[in-house]
Amino acid sequence: MKQETENETGPTPPVDGRRRTLIAAAVGAGLSAGLAGIAPGVLQAAEVNSTGLAVTDDTVKVGILHSVTGTMAISETGSVQAEKLAIEQINASGGVLGRQIEFIQEDGASDWPTFSEKARKLLVNDKVAAVFGCWTSASRKAVLPVFEQYIGMLYYPTFYEGLEQSPNVIYTGQEATQQILAGIDWVANEKGAKSFYLLGSDYIWPRTSNKIARKHIENLGLKVVGEDYYPLGHTQFNSVINKIKLKKPDVIYAIVVGGSNVAFYKQLKAAGIDMTKEDPLLLTISVTEDEILGIGGDNIEGAYAAMKYFQSLDNPNNEAFVAAFKERWGDDIVIGDVTQAAYLGPWLWKAAVEKAGSFDIDEVRKASPGIELDKAPEGYVRIHENHHLWSKTRIGHAQADGQYDLVFETADLMEPDPFPKGYQ
Amino acid sequence: MFSDYSWSELGSIFAMQGFAGLILFSVFVLMALGLAIIFGQMGVINMAHGEFMILGAYVTWLCSGLFETWLPALFGGYFFFAMVAAFAVTALLGSAVEWLMVRHLYRRPLDTLLATWGLSLLMQQGFRSIFGAREVGVSLPDWMLGSIAITDIIEVPINGLFVMALTLVIAVSVWFLLFRSSFGLRTRAVVQNRAMAGATGIDTERVDRMTFAIGCGIAGVAGSAFTMIGSTGPTSGQAYIVDTFLIVVFGGSASLLGTVAAAFSISQAQSTLEFFLSGSMAKVITLVTVVLILMIRPEGLFSPKIRR
Repeated sequence: MKQETENETGPTPPVDGRRRTLIAAAVGAGLSAGLAGIAPGVLQAAEVNSTGLAVTDDTVKVGILHSVTGTMAISETGSVQAEKLAIEQINASGGVLGRQIEFIQEDGASDWPTFSEKARKLLVNDKVAAVFGCWTSASRKAVLPVFEQYIGMLYYPTFYEGLEQSPNVIYTGQEATQQILAGIDWVANEKGAKSFYLLGSDYIWPRTSNKIARKHIENLGLKVVGEDYYPLGHTQFNSVINKIKLKKPDVIYAIVVGGSNVAFYKQLKAAGIDMTKEDPLLLTISVTEDEILGIGGDNIEGAYAAMKYFQSLDNPNNEAFVAAFKERWGDDIVIGDVTQAAYLGPWLWKAAVEKAGSFDIDEVRKASPGIELDKAPEGYVRIHENHHLWSKTRIGHAQADGQYDLVFETADLMEPDPFPKGYQ
Repeated sequence: MFSDYSWSELGSIFAMQGFAGLILFSVFVLMALGLAIIFGQMGVINMAHGEFMILGAYVTWLCSGLFETWLPALFGGYFFFAMVAAFAVTALLGSAVEWLMVRHLYRRPLDTLLATWGLSLLMQQGFRSIFGAREVGVSLPDWMLGSIAITDIIEVPINGLFVMALTLVIAVSVWFLLFRSSFGLRTRAVVQNRAMAGATGIDTERVDRMTFAIGCGIAGVAGSAFTMIGSTGPTSGQAYIVDTFLIVVFGGSASLLGTVAAAFSISQAQSTLEFFLSGSMAKVITLVTVVLILMIRPEGLFSPKIRR
């Protein structure tokens, strides 16, 4: 397994170009402060923006592009809330390079061509300096050519299957190996699991993830006793539950998504599989606190989830984040893994812009690798040269109240590896 | 593939698999009955059927919240109240929709298709605005959760039994309503010859409205029951609509018996195939078979033997 070692310092950013920009910017700042009479230290728009982005002396425009209507609105609502909260907090603390962020929100409407159209609108008409958005891999694939053609920067929050690395995307969620390897190691070591039943919804993320999981399980000398996929939106799982009962695996490895999730866990419980007894144990990578709202805490109590963030994480950053989130969006709201990853987007962008001293996409891109956040709710994160985040993987134990209790976290940050060798 | 298992294990699994098929059958019948009544008796294709189901589910969710907060002592029985409420609310909305929209389109079947599809979009966005975009979790009383263990392996889910019983009750009531009541007599008269029925003094508009309302009401009850096995969100209804249409069309549009037969054959095929193949493959094979049979018998399994 690839894990960061203690003494590794991480990738070094390309220093030369950046230093030159900084010097130029500093000179520019002195001049402009004298000429235009704006506060010293704040650079004039032309100096931080050579490519015609929507940046003025005191504002900068960014885009938020998620589905707020259609099927995916269920999942994407949390991300929109997190991104807005982060933007408001950044503005309250002085903005980015002294500029207040104004956001333009567009609705992808759960429709991939609409996503691509709206992305084009944000980049070409609105000239936004960054876009926070997309949720499904399908929507990301739809906007990717737009971001690459019109040179934009997308901050993408969802854990996903990997196999992608674009210069125009920063992936703030985990890619598949980060989520999967540590989880399987944990059940194998801590719970002594020997056999696995892989289950998923039938599309690219569960299939790719299970492929990696199967490879890793077999590398460990353990056994996969079954693998099954159901169409998205499938609501009848009795047959597969019978198959699981017949095969008696130690672990059900479930990557079921959306409404199917609710049906699956309710029927599992109704079929007499009590997950608190851990016979079989259930490990999932697709159920965050958001999904539990729909499933019901009672129905999933006792299951384990492997991801990088749980609302219950006990650290000062997270306490402040959860409190702020609840104050902004209501007390009964829950925060899942993707919501937290979406919250990182604007902060990572701010850090990169300020490191680059420029809003120019190319400068931001060059500055991005090596950007660190130690104020992240999940703890310290850092951008890898492959545009994914170094992050810890954690195992949570589902409780009846709909929250996860943290039972394990990796000692070191997991290295993002979107093109894992030997797993394809 | 069976060599690893003992005979008793295999026996148990087949028993459970048969039971899973029966549960699926009940679910299908419950889903399709409301649509079959409206489609069969009125010739209206109600694309908003799934949304009426989800309306019933949301009513159930509201009831569960209501009972948890105000009447915790009666929580164990709230589900029965919720189903009645779901029927009432969806039937009421159904009759309003019929009055405002559907009755103006009776002679234009394709337009009803479009109009009810539009209605389904309206309802989805309505749910989203009122109840929020996230799914809601309906909490069930304890006695409805879990299963009855018959042997070590054979466990019968209680919610499955509940759905089966409910389906039986509703199917029998519908049969009674259509074939043994004066309302049913009038409905069938209108279906057979609208002008003649009107001439004999039957208020055909009222019959239409009642039929539509009852169809929607049954969808509401189905939605209420499905909170036990499925999700409740603004667009959850979409998950049911394809299967529902499949069953109604496969069974033959004018025949309730056909609907039941179609539900039975599709559910058994589906659950058997799912056991031996993967879930997606089972779906593909079922759909292909249905398409082939419909190519041979375009009117469905049970077609009325009359000249149109």
